[in-house]
Amino acid sequence: MTALAATPHPLPAKPKGKLVPVLVVTLALIALWYVGAYFMNATLARDAFLRAKKEPTASELLLATYAMDRPLLPAPHQIVAEIWKSTALTPVTSKKSLVYHSWITLSATLAGFLSGALLGLILAAAIVHVPSLDRSLMPWVIASQTIPIVAIAPMIVVVGYNLMNGQMGFSTDTSRFIAKALISTYLSFFPITVGLVKGLRSPDTILVDLMRTYSANRWQTFWKLRMPAALPFLFASMQVAIAISLVGAIVGELPTGASAGIGARLLAGSYYGQTVQIWSALIAASVLAALLVWMVSLGGTAVVKRMGLAR
Amino acid sequence: MTGEGTSGKKSESPAIAIAGLSLVFNTNDGPVQALSDIDLEVKRGEFVSFIGPSGCGKTTLLRVIADLEQPTGGSITVNGVSPEEARLARAYGYVFQAAALYPWRTIARNIALPLEIMGLTRADREKRVADNLALVDLAGFERKYPWQLSGGMQQRASIARALAVEPELLLMDEPFGALDEIVRDHLNEKLLRLWDRTQKTVVFVTHSIPEAVFLSTKIVVMSPRPGRVTDIIECGFPRHRSLDIRETPEFLAIAARVRAGLRAGHSYED
Repeated sequence: MTALAATPHPLPAKPKGKLVPVLVVTLALIALWYVGAYFMNATLARDAFLRAKKEPTASELLLATYAMDRPLLPAPHQIVAEIWKSTALTPVTSKKSLVYHSWITLSATLAGFLSGALLGLILAAAIVHVPSLDRSLMPWVIASQTIPIVAIAPMIVVVGYNLMNGQMGFSTDTSRFIAKALISTYLSFFPITVGLVKGLRSPDTILVDLMRTYSANRWQTFWKLRMPAALPFLFASMQVAIAISLVGAIVGELPTGASAGIGARLLAGSYYGQTVQIWSALIAASVLAALLVWMVSLGGTAVVKRMGLAR
Repeated sequence: MTGEGTSGKKSESPAIAIAGLSLVFNTNDGPVQALSDIDLEVKRGEFVSFIGPSGCGKTTLLRVIADLEQPTGGSITVNGVSPEEARLARAYGYVFQAAALYPWRTIARNIALPLEIMGLTRADREKRVADNLALVDLAGFERKYPWQLSGGMQQRASIARALAVEPELLLMDEPFGALDEIVRDHLNEKLLRLWDRTQKTVVFVTHSIPEAVFLSTKIVVMSPRPGRVTDIIECGFPRHRSLDIRETPEFLAIAARVRAGLRAGHSYED
């Protein structure tokens, strides 16, 4: 047991990448999509040929189902083309730009997520430290999530919007932004509260006793023991929270007749039967969600590494 | 026992004075008498072991001394003051059965933890960390994380952490219980040398008879239901002793007396 100099630990080989399996599944889905698009659009396409008094060949019909203006199910390349057109080929300040609409939604998502995280942190810290709050507050936290968001969102948006825009003198855009962020907050504080309460309580009794033998105060115990122990829990719940923050912001764009945001694009697309637009807004939403979750998970991995917990 | 007055010279009061102490836990199955009518005095510089079968209250008694449990009767002073005052004054270092190192802190930062809480300056912290790591032969492991160390090394780090507080009293709850015999012997010798060098008072909980006899100046034999002291045995071995004394007749005689005490106090009927 002599003191040895630090020797680096050999790391086990990383498992092979997920790229190939994911690619295979993607290709299979796309193939399935094309088959589905043909069958869903065939009737409409046949009607169009009928109106033009033409008898299409099989290949003409097939191609026609993939090139319709308002198909029931647009083909993947149509969506890609629409996304390309509305992102790369349109200036971001234009109301036709998907980047513009994504940013409107993203900004409300991030604002809602941050305030939800803060609210969750405060609630969790209070619940862990005050036993009476654990009994009185926790049931309400859980009950809050039993109300369907589609039921409560119009209320927040319409009432909140009118209150802020009409009585408090905020501008239209600001009022919409705050209303949407509020819905995101409402959704995202829950996983963070629950995750943090669990995380803050995760240290072993022996570690808590240890802090007591040092006569550490609550503040020191919180920052030196409970919070570091809760960080892995926090990042796990933040991944859930940021995804539902986005859902909240999109839902918040539906009832106001908002003209901007991914939700507004979805709604406008459904009004006018613009299925290609709906699908590209949908793809934009899922790409956004994936990016957000990925960024939080990167942050989580970095923190775990920094804390020396990664082996 | 010295007088009640907390104003009395600290150095004159015994490290620990316990009189008529009892503790009743209220459990779902009704009250459980964990400790019953304990009388004990530990003088400064002594090495005292609590030995007994599980459930005899030896750990509970140690936790009472550390103010981690509240007695329901009797009196106890630590360094002449109440356990709570002693805890607030950081008069003792506590070593748990498990190393209880924070997994997200390096060894050096684990040892610095109590020092941060005490508000020591960075320079002071670094000096104490280096000194105490050297004391337990862990110099060079500052930047390792706990999981990179063996169980014995982790426990040494936790002892270094307790010593870094520079307490007069060291409370150890089966610190080597989870280690194998070879490592345990080695650490026992180390601990003894540490005790000799630092002149601290040590209270040590164990259920190993050879460990208790080898380490202690005084052995407190305890028995369960209710937890009580059945025998207090003084050991007169020199402060400098090696593992060889375990073969001597004196050692075996004391071990036999401890064993007899344990057997007498322990009812096997149930």
